[in-house]
Amino acid sequence: MSGQAQLLPGTLDLLILKAVSLGPLHGYGILLRIGQISGRALLIEQGALYPALFRLVRQGLLKASWGTSENNRRAKFYELTSLGRKRLKEETEGWNRLAAAIASALAAEPEEI
Amino acid sequence: MKLLAYFRSLAAKFFHPSRSEAELEEELRSHIQHRADDLERSGLNRAEAERRARIEFGGHARFKEESRQELGGNFIETLILDVRFGVRVLRKSPGFTIVAVFTLALAIGANAVVFGVMNGLILRPLNVPQAESLYGIEHAKEHSMYESYPDYLDLRDRNRSFDGLAGFTIDQIGVDTGENPSHAWANVVSGNYFDVLGIQPYLGRVLHDSDEHGPNSAPYIVLSHAYWHNHFQDDRGVVGRVVRLNKHPFTIVGVAPPEFHGVLLIAAPDFFVPLVNLEQLEGKNTLDVRRTESVFMTLGHLKAGVTPEQAVADLNSIGAYLEKNYPRDHGTTTFTLARPGLYGNFIGGPMREFVTGLMLLAGLILLAACANLGSLFAARAADRSREIALRLALGASRNRILRQLLTEAILISLTGGAVGLWGSVALLRWLSMWQPVPKFPVNVPVTPDASVYGIALVLAVVSGLLFGFVPVRQVLRASPYQVVKAGSSGTVGRRITVRELLLVTQIAICAVLVTSSMVAVRGLARSLHSNFGFNPRNAMLAETDLNMAGYRGDQVPAMQRRMIDATAAIPGVESVGLVGRAPLNGGGFGALVFTDRTTDLRPSNAAANAIRYNISPEYLQAAGTALLAGRAFSWHDDKNAPRVAVVNRQFAGKLFGSTMNAVGGHFKLRDGTSIQVVGVVEDGKYMNLTEDPEAALFYPILQAPMSETWLVVRSNRDPRQLAAAIQSSLRGLDSGLPVFVETWNQQLGFALFPAQVATISLGVLGAMGAMLSITGIFGMAAYSVSKRLKELGIRIAIGAQPKEVLQAALGRAFKLLAIGSAAGLVLGLLATRVLASIVYQATPRDPLVLAGVVLAMLLLGLLATWIPAQRALSIDPLTLLREE
Repeated sequence: MSGQAQLLPGTLDLLILKAVSLGPLHGYGILLRIGQISGRALLIEQGALYPALFRLVRQGLLKASWGTSENNRRAKFYELTSLGRKRLKEETEGWNRLAAAIASALAAEPEEI
Repeated sequence: MKLLAYFRSLAAKFFHPSRSEAELEEELRSHIQHRADDLERSGLNRAEAERRARIEFGGHARFKEESRQELGGNFIETLILDVRFGVRVLRKSPGFTIVAVFTLALAIGANAVVFGVMNGLILRPLNVPQAESLYGIEHAKEHSMYESYPDYLDLRDRNRSFDGLAGFTIDQIGVDTGENPSHAWANVVSGNYFDVLGIQPYLGRVLHDSDEHGPNSAPYIVLSHAYWHNHFQDDRGVVGRVVRLNKHPFTIVGVAPPEFHGVLLIAAPDFFVPLVNLEQLEGKNTLDVRRTESVFMTLGHLKAGVTPEQAVADLNSIGAYLEKNYPRDHGTTTFTLARPGLYGNFIGGPMREFVTGLMLLAGLILLAACANLGSLFAARAADRSREIALRLALGASRNRILRQLLTEAILISLTGGAVGLWGSVALLRWLSMWQPVPKFPVNVPVTPDASVYGIALVLAVVSGLLFGFVPVRQVLRASPYQVVKAGSSGTVGRRITVRELLLVTQIAICAVLVTSSMVAVRGLARSLHSNFGFNPRNAMLAETDLNMAGYRGDQVPAMQRRMIDATAAIPGVESVGLVGRAPLNGGGFGALVFTDRTTDLRPSNAAANAIRYNISPEYLQAAGTALLAGRAFSWHDDKNAPRVAVVNRQFAGKLFGSTMNAVGGHFKLRDGTSIQVVGVVEDGKYMNLTEDPEAALFYPILQAPMSETWLVVRSNRDPRQLAAAIQSSLRGLDSGLPVFVETWNQQLGFALFPAQVATISLGVLGAMGAMLSITGIFGMAAYSVSKRLKELGIRIAIGAQPKEVLQAALGRAFKLLAIGSAAGLVLGLLATRVLASIVYQATPRDPLVLAGVVLAMLLLGLLATWIPAQRALSIDPLTLLREE
C-alpha cells in the first residue's frame, strides 16, 4: 500500500476525464490508464469506477458505444464529448490553482508571516 | 428534444426494465474478463484468474445498485424494483397482508361512502345552471320557507335583489291517463319557475309567465323525464295529450330534461303543474288568502353584484311592509337566505350536522385503522430486524430500506383503497337507487363522481404514509452489529413504546365509536317504544284524498261516512276512525289559538300555535288515544251544532291552566270564532319524534270538513288480508279513488327514517370500530407473547402458575385496553351530545349504555386475547429451549 495515495473525493471524475481524453477506452482500460499516468500512485477500487462512469455519461461529459477490445472481447468504450473536453479544461485549471495554493500554504515558514 | 428522449428512455426502461439491466451486467462482466485476461498472462490458470478478478472487483451488487442510480430515470426503476420486492415479501406473509388490506378496505370504504353522501347532499351544487347564486328565502325566526301566495307575489314583485323569484309547492295528485287511477307527486310551480332556474325542455316546451292568466287559467303539465320514461314509455307523441289530474283535464306540453329533478335533492317530483291551477288540484282556492301558506318554497338567482347581505336587507324591508299593511296576518317578518336543495336549514341543518359527525367518526375509523396497521408494521419491522440488519451490513443505505418499507405500506394501502372504493361505489350506486319510503318520492342522489375517487386515492396514500412511517425511527436506530449479535429476542422494557401509545389511541377511538352506536341504538329502541299518543300496533292506515276523485263540498263528509261504514263492516275489524292527516307523517296544519279574553287577534298575541287534526267520532278509540276528561265527538257535532273541539293536555295547560278547567272552556281562532272544549286527550308526538310536547287540537269532520282522508282500521287480522279487504271494499264505493293501504307501523317508517338511518350508520361504524380493536389487541397480544416465548418458557419451567404466566404475558395488553376504553368512554359520552338532536331520547347518561360499553370492550378484549393466551399457556419449556 505504501507509495499509493487515497483519492480525494471528487477527483475520480477528473481522472476519468483525463484518462479518456487521451483516446477512447473501455472501463478496465481506464483503470489501467489512470494507473499508468499516475505512476501507479493512485488506488481506485475497481467497482467504484462504474457509478462514476454512468454519472459522467448522464451529465453528457462522456459518450459510450459498444466495440471490440484489443483482447477481442466485447466492451463498452467511452470517449469525451465537447462538453467533457471543456469541463476537463476547467477542472484541470481549478485543480492546479487549488494544488498550488495548498502547496504554498504548506511550504510556509514561520519567518514569512 | 432532450426531454422527449429522456421520456422515451424512461418509457423503454419501464416497459423493458431488463435491457439496461442486461447491458450493465454485460459491461461489468466484460471488465472482469479483461482483468482475468491480464492475471492469466501473469501465470495464473483461467479459473483462478477469474476468481481473483471477481474478488478484486469488490461488492458486485453494491456497485451495480450505485450504477443503477447513476444511470438516470432511476426513480421509476427503483420503484419497480421496490414494488416487485414488496409484492414478493407480502406474498410470503399472506395472513398479515390480507388482514392489513381488509382493515384498510373497510376504513377507506367507510370514508368513501360517507364522503359520497356528503358530496351528493351537501357539497355538490344543485344540478341547475349557476347554482352558486341560487338561494331560497327562509324565515329567520323558524327554519321554514313557507309563504302565502299573496306574500310570494309581494316578495316577487317588490324585491330588487333577485333575477326573478319562483315559487312552488308539493302536492299528491290523482292521475288518470285512461288506465288505472294512480297517485303521483307534483311540484306545483309558478309560471316563471323554469325560466328562473334556466331549464330548457327535453321535449315540447316548459311553462312560462305568459301561461298565467288568473286562477285555473293554465291547465298544462310538464312531465319529469323519469315519469315520462316509466309511464309513457318514452313516447315522443305525448305532447298535446290530455290527462286528468284530480279529475280535471290537463294538457301535456313538454318533458323536462333528464338531469333536472326539481330543486329538492331528496324528493324528485313526477311532473310539474302551474301554481295558478292550485284550486283544481287542492279542491279549494287558497291563492288569495294571506293566512294560508300555499307556497312551499320561494327561490331565485341573486342579481349579479348583489351580496346575500344586501338581499336579506332588501327582503326584510318587504317584511316590514307586510307587517305594517297586514298586521292581522304577520308577526315580525324577517328573512335569511338558504340553499334550496335540502329545504334550507330545516332538513339541511340537522343533515349537515349529522353527515359532518359521521365524516368525523369515519375519519376516526381510518385513524384507528392506521394506528392498528402502524403497530402491526412496527412489530413486523422488529421481526424483520435481522433481515434489515443484514441488508445494512451488506451496504444498503438506510434511505433505501426506508423507501422499501414505505413502498410496502403504500402497496397495501393502495390495494386496500381499491377494494374499499370498489365496495363503496357499489353501495353508493345502490343508495342512489334506493326508495326508502315507498309512498313518498324520497331518494338519495349520491352517485359517486370523480371527487369520491380522488378522496379515496388521497386517503389511501396518506394512510399508507401514516402507518408506513411508524417503524421509521426503529429502522434508523438499528445497529446491524447489535441486532445480529443479540438475535431478535428484543428487550422487554417497562418503557411505554410508540406501539403501545398507538394501541391506546386506537382502543379509545373504538370505544368512542362503540359508545355512540350504543347510544343511538338505545335511543332508537326507546323511541320505538315511547308514547306517541296513539297505538300503532294492530292498526292499518288507508290513505286517500277525496279531492283526487273529484268530491267537492258536502259530498266529502258524506263519502267519508260511507267509507267508515264500509270498512267497519269488514269481518274482524274492531273499530274505524278517520283523521285528516295522521300524526307523524312529515307535515301538519297549525292553528293560532287565543284565549277567550283576547280581543286583539294579531299573531303575536296568540296563546299557542296548535297542531290541528280533523277527526271522526270514533278516531280516538280506533287510534288508541286516551281520553283524560270530558267526551269524544259524536255524529251530532255537525254544522248545526255549536263549534266544539277536543284538545290535548299540553293545550289545556297552556290555555286553561289544567285539564279539569279546560272541559267546558272556550278559546278563539284568528277569525274570532269561539270554540268550546268538550274533551281532553293525552299528549302525543305530532310532527316528529324529537319534538317537545306540542299543543294539539281536534275538530269534528262534520264541522271542519277536509278532503284528505286517512282511515285508521284497528283489527287483529293478518295485515295483508286486511289490506286487500279494505282496498276491495273502498273500490266498491268508488273505483276511481286511489287508496294507499299500509300498517301504521310501516307508515311510521317515515317519521323514524332519520333515526333509523342514524342508527344503522352508527351501528355499522361501531361494529367496524369493535372489529378494529379486536385485531389491534390481538396483534399486540400475539406479538408480545411470541416475543417473550423464551422468558415465559423459563418461568413455566421454574414453576410459574398459569395465572402468573397470563399476568406476565397479557397483563400489559389488558392494562392498555382499560386505559383506552376509559378514555374512549368519556370522549364518546361527550360526542354523543350531538346525537341527541337526531336520535330521539339519545342520552349518553344511561346506565345501560355505560354498562354495555364496558361489557363490550371487556368482551372484545377477552375475544382478542383468547388465542394468544392459549398459546402462552401451552408453552412447553423443553421444546422451546431446545429450539432456540
